[in-house]
Amino acid sequence: MSRLKDLQKNLFGGTTSNARQFGMIFTLVAIVVLFQILTDGLTLRSDNLIALFQQNSYILILAIGMLMVIVAGHIDLSVGSVAAFAGILVAKSMTEWDLPWPAAIVFGLAIGAAIGAWQGFWVAYIGVPAFIVTLAGMLLFRGGNQFIGNASTVPVPEGFREIGSGFLPEFGPNTGYNNATLLLGLAAALAVVWREIQSRKTRRAMDADPAPMWISILRMAIMVGVIAFAALRFASGRVGTSFPISGIILLVLVIAYSFYTRNTAGGRHIYAVGGNSRAAELSGVKLKRVNFFVMMNMSVLAALAGMIFVARSAASGPQDGNGWELDAIAAVFIGGAAVAGGIGTISGSIVGGLVMAVLNNGLQLMGVGTDRVQIIKGLVLLLAVAIDVYNKSQGRFSIIGSLMRPFRREDSAPPASPPDAEREPAKAAVSG
Amino acid sequence: MSDVPILLEMRSITKEFPGVKALSDVNLVVRAGEIHAICGENGAGKSTLMKVLSGVYPHGTYDGKIIYQGSESKFSDIRASENAGIVIIHQELALIPGMSIAENIFLGNEPRKRGAIDWKAANRMALDLMARVGLEEDPDTLIKDIGVGKQQLVEIAKAFAKDVKLLILDEPTAALNEADSKHLLDLLRGFRSRGITSIMISHKLNEIEAIADQITILRDGRTVETLDVKADGVDEDRIVRGMVGRELSSRFPDHTPKIGEVFFEVRDWNVRHPISAERQVCKNESFVVRRGEIVGFAGLMGAGRTELAMSVFGRSYGVFESGTIIKDGKEIVLKSVADAIDNGLAYVSEDRKAIGLNLLDDIKTSTVAAKLSKISHHGVLNEVEEYQAAESYRKELRTKAPTVDESVSKLSGGNQQKVVLAKWMFTDPDLLILDEPTRGIDVGAKYEIYGIIQRLADQGKGVIVISSELPELIGLCDRIYTVFEGAITGEIARADATPETLMKQMTSTKKMATR
Repeated sequence: MSRLKDLQKNLFGGTTSNARQFGMIFTLVAIVVLFQILTDGLTLRSDNLIALFQQNSYILILAIGMLMVIVAGHIDLSVGSVAAFAGILVAKSMTEWDLPWPAAIVFGLAIGAAIGAWQGFWVAYIGVPAFIVTLAGMLLFRGGNQFIGNASTVPVPEGFREIGSGFLPEFGPNTGYNNATLLLGLAAALAVVWREIQSRKTRRAMDADPAPMWISILRMAIMVGVIAFAALRFASGRVGTSFPISGIILLVLVIAYSFYTRNTAGGRHIYAVGGNSRAAELSGVKLKRVNFFVMMNMSVLAALAGMIFVARSAASGPQDGNGWELDAIAAVFIGGAAVAGGIGTISGSIVGGLVMAVLNNGLQLMGVGTDRVQIIKGLVLLLAVAIDVYNKSQGRFSIIGSLMRPFRREDSAPPASPPDAEREPAKAAVSG
Repeated sequence: MSDVPILLEMRSITKEFPGVKALSDVNLVVRAGEIHAICGENGAGKSTLMKVLSGVYPHGTYDGKIIYQGSESKFSDIRASENAGIVIIHQELALIPGMSIAENIFLGNEPRKRGAIDWKAANRMALDLMARVGLEEDPDTLIKDIGVGKQQLVEIAKAFAKDVKLLILDEPTAALNEADSKHLLDLLRGFRSRGITSIMISHKLNEIEAIADQITILRDGRTVETLDVKADGVDEDRIVRGMVGRELSSRFPDHTPKIGEVFFEVRDWNVRHPISAERQVCKNESFVVRRGEIVGFAGLMGAGRTELAMSVFGRSYGVFESGTIIKDGKEIVLKSVADAIDNGLAYVSEDRKAIGLNLLDDIKTSTVAAKLSKISHHGVLNEVEEYQAAESYRKELRTKAPTVDESVSKLSGGNQQKVVLAKWMFTDPDLLILDEPTRGIDVGAKYEIYGIIQRLADQGKGVIVISSELPELIGLCDRIYTVFEGAITGEIARADATPETLMKQMTSTKKMATR
């Protein structure tokens, strides 16, 4: 019993938000296993996994930016249109103005920055709600895409397509696997071990008992196991395929942005602004700058996502990015962000995005039509958030909290003062 | 009083939340036509008890019995208790700012004629109700255009619209100035003479002593005792003893000030209202602070004390017009909060939940929030240093929390205030401006906060205390400025300060404040 409690408390670090993340990962694993069974093993086959990543990397990239926007208390409805707008300009720049593809990528990011500056200006400095600014942007840039592209498709050259449909190269001895992918997996496994050691060190420096050794080892074993499994799967696909380049881009962004949001002053300011903007301002946080930054950053990532999509489909079209904003927003909320801002993590949003992606993919593999897929996705979004809101209103933590309830009797009572929940209508939350 | 019939009896009420027993075996007997005060420190269970009574926590979620008007009541929600004539007025007023007085009074209870709202009748009835609570306003006036004191009266009028038999007031005077408080207390006396029973929760013991017939004291979710004010000769010290379970010899720690040179000075400070530019909220105000000195700012609500403090603190309020700030002999210009923090200023706001803290944060994040640069290197935060800083303040200020990972929203008012103080002490300020530092905090915690303020002064810092409680200013401050309608009207040394002299200066210009 106490072991189970230890496990729950420690497997993902021990704090409540981590307990919720544990719940999310649990859900993801459950969905994967479910579809693995329902599709007779198709879900976890190499080619399907690779396709899954390629098809969803741009949504997950958007989810990173969207998480920061939502944590700061805003929303961005324009990401799909911005992606399409940047995509068509980049495509044109290569086919008509003969820009070399690396320069075109820089050009695309610059377009994103310019659009972001435009939207950030209205949100941060004029004070127009982001919902309105980006609703306007959604129309504006969708129209812009169709105006510039004449509502037709523009193909992109070979080199550029790599960022969307390329794979890690083949090299070294013939091991029967893609060696680059294996190396990547090894590096990831080492990073997990290193992080665990670091976190034990930190816990000790904070006079807190680090998790029991067996939990640390179990946690590492699970993570390393998952990484090894994934690396072998990705490395053993059809010849010429392996871990996709777009997946690498996503990975780098996830690591960089996770670090930024968790470990830097700038990242913490975003949470402060979303949690209580007035309090943040009175603590010396430059409110306008933070708001400007998150909006601008979102558009840059949207432009990147747009380019990856164009590269994958080999051409830019007028319907690119339709509905992306909703997928990205759904990923963030399923991943535990609060509607009112101030709560949410990058990793949670990625897991949320993966839940949606696996669901989508699995249903398609089963031959379910897009009509029913949409209905199911809508219900999942509603349920995921509703369960958490309900659990919170009952004074419990989250999905996992309620799963573990029978085992929590011996928990020591939290310090007095009954929940003030009625008085501070808890940030609609989805956190834990 | 024992011959007077019992209106309400709550018998051995026990209410549990997951992991916390908020009330255990609480008894309360309220007789018809009396004013019954409920006292207790924060977290003693006062609000929970009232929520049980008013049906916020419905029958079945607690143990025990409520006997009301002679029979057992099982309220399923607030509406049920209101139908029985029990109306609760919360500390945070439940009025809609953009609607008129009449609309608010009849919200959810609108007089109708053939399905449509009968506004003529509503206004007529509103005027009648407003007269009963002594509110002279046009019923069409919007709530946001009247002061807090009058808003409170609207709440009470709203209660009367529901034919109230038992009126429950939760901290009714917490946000009111002395004049409005007095009016409210007079009103309650008037109700008593007309046979309306009131239950009042308050931290202001002088008010309770002045107005209550019976006092029930709660501590840690249990009934400690019920005192009959007249028969038992109850005074403030007696109530305090019941609340904290010990005698507080003095409500202020002993302190010998060590006052040094003038180091901070504001000269000819002029600020205009952020929206209506013709309104001047600071009129040529000048003041000085010495090292090691605790300086008080006394004034009625709306006198412009907070506005002065916040405009000095990096122009965080209003439109700056003119004025200079001199610190350590040099003029400094503070254009933003960041400037103010860098120059050693700290401002602890009067509303810690709304603008002082991010309630989503834990203790350690809150502690370092105003000076992240101190625990970061090239913008990267050091978790260990953060923890150590927060932990050392937790120990120093004796904040009651299991660890610094505890969410601040779970702390009591007094402990939240300690976290806010820690947050600003962490910025190494030379001058701390504390706006209502003990509002909504129980007696024991107040004493501790006073001790912290005195220690800060003894470290050679200057401390400005803005407070609406005159005894607090007189007990704590070495020197007190009085503020009236945006101007400093007087400067009184501790030795000369009495509530009477202060009150006179606080209302000194020709006309009384209208709000």
